[in-house]
Amino acid sequence: MSVTPVLAGLPVRTSVRSRLALAARRRSPVVAWAVLVPILVAALAPEALTASSPITIDPVNALLPPGGEHWFGTDQLGRDLFTRVVHGARPSLLLGLGATCLAVAGGAVFGLVAALGGRAADQAVMRVADILLSLPQLLVALLVITVLGGGTANVVLAIAVAFAPGYARIVRAEALVVRRSGYVEAARGLGLRRSTLIARHILPNALGPLLVLATVGFGTALIAGSGLSFLGFGTQPPAPEWGAMLSEGRDFLQTAWWIGLFPGAAVTATVIAVNVIGRSAQSRFTRRTP
Amino acid sequence: MTVSRRSPAGGRDRLLVPSREEDAVIVVEGLDVVFHLGGERIHAVRDVSFTIAPGECLAIVGESGSGKSVTARTLVGLAGDRASVSARELTFEGEDLSSLTESGWRAVRGRRIGLVLQDALVSLDPLRPVGAEVAETLRVHRVVDRAGIGERVLSLLADVGIPDADRRARQYPHELSGGLRQRALIASVLAAGPRLLVADEPTTALDVTVQAQILALLRGLKENGTALLLISHDLAVVTGLADRIAVMYGGLIVEEGPAAQVLGAPRHPYTRALIAAVPAAHAKGTPLSAVTAAGPAPGPDGCPYAARCAHADQQCRDKLPDPVEIGAGHRALCWYPSSHTPEPRPDLARLTAARREAREEGQAGEVVLAAEGVSKRFRTPGGGRHDAVRDVSFHLRAGETLGVVGESGSGKTTAARIALGLLEPDEGVVRLGGERWSGLPERERRTRRRRIQAVYQDPLGSFDPRHTVERVVGEAVALTGARREERRRRIAELLDQVGLPTTTMGRHPRELSGGQRQRVAIARALAPSPEVIVCDEPVSALDVSIQAQILDLLADLQRDLAVAMLFISHDLGVIHHVSDRIAVMKDGRIVETGDVAEVFATPAEPYTRELLAAVPTLVPERNRR
Amino acid sequence: MKTPAKAVTGKAVPTPAEVAPSETSAAGATLPGTTPAEAVIAPGKGEKAGKASKGRRSRAVRAFARRLAAGIAVLYGAATLAFIALQLIPGDPVATLLGPATTASEEVRERIRAEFGFDRPVLLQYVGYLGRVVTGDLGSSYQLQRPVWQLIGDQLGATVQLAVAATVLAVLIALVSAVTTAGRRRGVRAVATAWELVAVSLPSYWLGILLLTAFSFQLQIFPVVGAQDLAALVLPALTLALPIAGVLAQVLREGLEAALAQPFAITARARGLSQTAVRLRHALRHAAVQLATLTGWLVGTLLGGAVLVETVFGRSGIGALTLQAVGNKDMPVVMGVVLLSAFVFVLISTAVDLLYAVIDPRLRAG
Repeated sequence: MSVTPVLAGLPVRTSVRSRLALAARRRSPVVAWAVLVPILVAALAPEALTASSPITIDPVNALLPPGGEHWFGTDQLGRDLFTRVVHGARPSLLLGLGATCLAVAGGAVFGLVAALGGRAADQAVMRVADILLSLPQLLVALLVITVLGGGTANVVLAIAVAFAPGYARIVRAEALVVRRSGYVEAARGLGLRRSTLIARHILPNALGPLLVLATVGFGTALIAGSGLSFLGFGTQPPAPEWGAMLSEGRDFLQTAWWIGLFPGAAVTATVIAVNVIGRSAQSRFTRRTP
Repeated sequence: MTVSRRSPAGGRDRLLVPSREEDAVIVVEGLDVVFHLGGERIHAVRDVSFTIAPGECLAIVGESGSGKSVTARTLVGLAGDRASVSARELTFEGEDLSSLTESGWRAVRGRRIGLVLQDALVSLDPLRPVGAEVAETLRVHRVVDRAGIGERVLSLLADVGIPDADRRARQYPHELSGGLRQRALIASVLAAGPRLLVADEPTTALDVTVQAQILALLRGLKENGTALLLISHDLAVVTGLADRIAVMYGGLIVEEGPAAQVLGAPRHPYTRALIAAVPAAHAKGTPLSAVTAAGPAPGPDGCPYAARCAHADQQCRDKLPDPVEIGAGHRALCWYPSSHTPEPRPDLARLTAARREAREEGQAGEVVLAAEGVSKRFRTPGGGRHDAVRDVSFHLRAGETLGVVGESGSGKTTAARIALGLLEPDEGVVRLGGERWSGLPERERRTRRRRIQAVYQDPLGSFDPRHTVERVVGEAVALTGARREERRRRIAELLDQVGLPTTTMGRHPRELSGGQRQRVAIARALAPSPEVIVCDEPVSALDVSIQAQILDLLADLQRDLAVAMLFISHDLGVIHHVSDRIAVMKDGRIVETGDVAEVFATPAEPYTRELLAAVPTLVPERNRR
Repeated sequence: MKTPAKAVTGKAVPTPAEVAPSETSAAGATLPGTTPAEAVIAPGKGEKAGKASKGRRSRAVRAFARRLAAGIAVLYGAATLAFIALQLIPGDPVATLLGPATTASEEVRERIRAEFGFDRPVLLQYVGYLGRVVTGDLGSSYQLQRPVWQLIGDQLGATVQLAVAATVLAVLIALVSAVTTAGRRRGVRAVATAWELVAVSLPSYWLGILLLTAFSFQLQIFPVVGAQDLAALVLPALTLALPIAGVLAQVLREGLEAALAQPFAITARARGLSQTAVRLRHALRHAAVQLATLTGWLVGTLLGGAVLVETVFGRSGIGALTLQAVGNKDMPVVMGVVLLSAFVFVLISTAVDLLYAVIDPRLRAG
């Protein structure tokens, strides 16, 4: 599973130079959105992009190369690959999105409990996180799947369990930095209540960076979700999911390269676009908080 | 000092004579440096000219952004990729530097021109022993053969006054004290025997006693014939060392001349403002900042200082004057070079005088804050214990300022945090307004916190990064129970009180200048009408002229509001200027306390005497030790 | 104690030396309690450090003891996690251990029941299980009719071979890319960031398919599947290495750029060193320290990635073994792999921690 190091704690080092470079790349998020918008349309309303059905079998037209009628060619059962890639957007994105939301929410709750809930809570939460973080994320996900079995919902949960400790650690670190910051001390010196301190200063500032990281984390979760489907645990064929499609087409690579090309390209394009957007948000965020 | 004075090359007789080009080590004529950042063009250095002779020290003084550091870096060809450098003449020992290739520069750097930067903790590679850094210079320029390197490293370290050089050479920068570290850095720069030493803020990060040692080391080098270009933001620091001083503002040298003349008879309004801003030179109650006219911005060809200058007119904003020759080698870049110093604002001087009299007549206010036998220990990462504050007692009366002075690590900030009730002392009691203040549950303390407020060293860090100025100040206003509609009015009033326009309200602190940020912090501290304000190094991060304005503002506020101040600083000049009484801290203890004038005039403790002797002053003394 | 920020003044118009305050997000997954950031002692404590060499030795012993304890804690945690997972599976644990497709006799079931003590309270089962793990008994796969450690031992070689090859490849690619592009002109850096971005965004299973299609099916340079010789290792190692190389290059490049913008890099150049010499002799070590935070991630990615890569290329190895076990709900094998992963993690991160103390003297004092 190729993972961007977001969950290993993306080291965000910003020098004057890289800031300048970022300014120069200000146009790339626009390009990224140009890639992402059609994918989002495909996820929300696949019918708007293609009229055919993603699961209708047409053995006569099996394994046709890309051409005028079938833009991405057809697969071993004669299904139109373009239609399947378009329809595959929703389940693929949902896997990544669901897992990310769950992981971020869980990570935020546990991270905040660890940072603000006293020493015992901190020890308890962080020791469990340490154990989960010592295992490969994919293995943690597979362990959950072993217990719960496959299927879309379980894969979402499995990825969330694998990713949440990373987020928890980040939230905890952020919350501790904020808690020890000059402005929280200054606010305490004004005579604010502890609850006001937490709600007004600590939470917003600790969770801000998390939302930005979650953008990049979404790309990672998408790769993981499609990866588990590729291994046969997630979305089950014949439902069109990008990872599952790759898995199905694997045996026909020798004769029909296009089966292996397009679903993977869809995953990669989405992840690149999301990463570009996430990073530009991140650089804006680091510039805002000196 | 261990650098021996072998040859008095460039001796005393030539100190006040401006160097002539023929015997100069370096000649800079019409230097321009322009940075290209994105689409922006920043003219960092404009038409700068100077020469330095062997054994001579030229100091370039200016505040951040004045172009002084860029000038320094340009002399070693390290202005950066984005800089385009041009000069009518740039020669070093007769050789033209402006046409040097990169490999040509490498032969000059270190071997013929050395560069010393600010803090050796970051200016020496933290991952290598200091000896390796010294050896690197030797190796690059093949100064001695391979076998002799180790021995030479040790002798170089010993030469700059590092005892036990053998052991020190194997240590890393973080294992050495600030002074030893800076000496090691200087040793690494001197290793190949450069004829010109460029020192960019060489003592800025150091404690005042260590600073004096490093300045003495540099003086020894100068007396041995090394030419010295000293860059500093602090006029007082360069005073004892510089033969000539060039004052930079907005990329221009606005005044240049023999040190005694520039300091004694400054002609440019900016130089005069800088001198007036040095707090050590002025007693409490004397305003440090001149009345500045916030004039319209000068045009691109105008004088950059016109925006802040009281004398500026349309001519200043439109056109730069030619340098005016005032005396031998003393020039100023000003349409109206006058010699009078700005008048102190009379109202303030009179009023403080009145207050001083009142105090002397014994009408001292009641004690508002008192600490009795306060101690605090911290656990160190290595498992040991560190006594940050030991048995500290002090009291603060209404309307007075108690200055707490000490070097880094002396326990000042810990004492401040204990006074603020942000840290519980292990022993001892703090009383606020006669009532117990330490050792209380936060619930009981919270409601009384408005009586004691704080201004921190780093104002930006003390503001929630998401909040506007209005919210920052409003948070403090809201705690006074002000109703919503009253709040805005009160915020505007507070901002006005600290000299900020109402338009500041909607802005984020990060968009403001350092001085404006500190004003916002002061407005917040004033919001609950406290009896005590604790100021922890409130001006140490500011340029001298801005520092002067903030100190004046605090003085004005104290006069108007009769608020007591616990003022913490490492800077004896600042402390002398603001305090009624002072407490000198060392290693967590208060070693001496008393009336400011008395302590400064007749210090009882050896440590206080040492501190005071180390403070640089504007009186150009020769060979001051 | 806060030191006064006198350093703030005296700066000029932006020069490379003006480094923005670097913000490093939460530290990565090295061993708990030994993250480098925590180990850095406050600077300025100066002189005393040298005198206290005895104190330093005892500190080193303490640091080692702490690291050992942390490692044991992780292993214990992983064993517990596996045990909890076993308990969480609904249904008869004996059936779970036997797997769905079993035709095991009642005799075998009885033996399992006795061995695990399923008739006893959970706590006793747990203690018994821990006891067996400590003595190296990872149980048996009833599906494959063999002890787990034997199964793992058979497959370990292939995966280690793959992981080591991939690591070497990734580090080489990252080093070349970072050293040649850090702090260069905008065009060069744009190319570097672009390839890094694509590399970190590539799903390894798709990358494997692409490489297979191109080099095995179309160009027929490398064998398609199976064989365990060196030629068969090239494509899988490359597949595993490329996304890792992207991340490493990115971190290294940014670390190099941050180091080159530090005052000590200016000092080194002012000493007469060439740009390249400053990169190699000074900046690279600083950049390498940055990589410490990635150790945990790297180990996890190698092992996790092995599952996908071995599947795509039809290689045998720990990944393939795990996948088969998960598919068959072969719980003893899954539990064994969990323990193995935790062990490898502890081993490597301890080694890396020790290595970093050699590179960064500031870490030694902690």
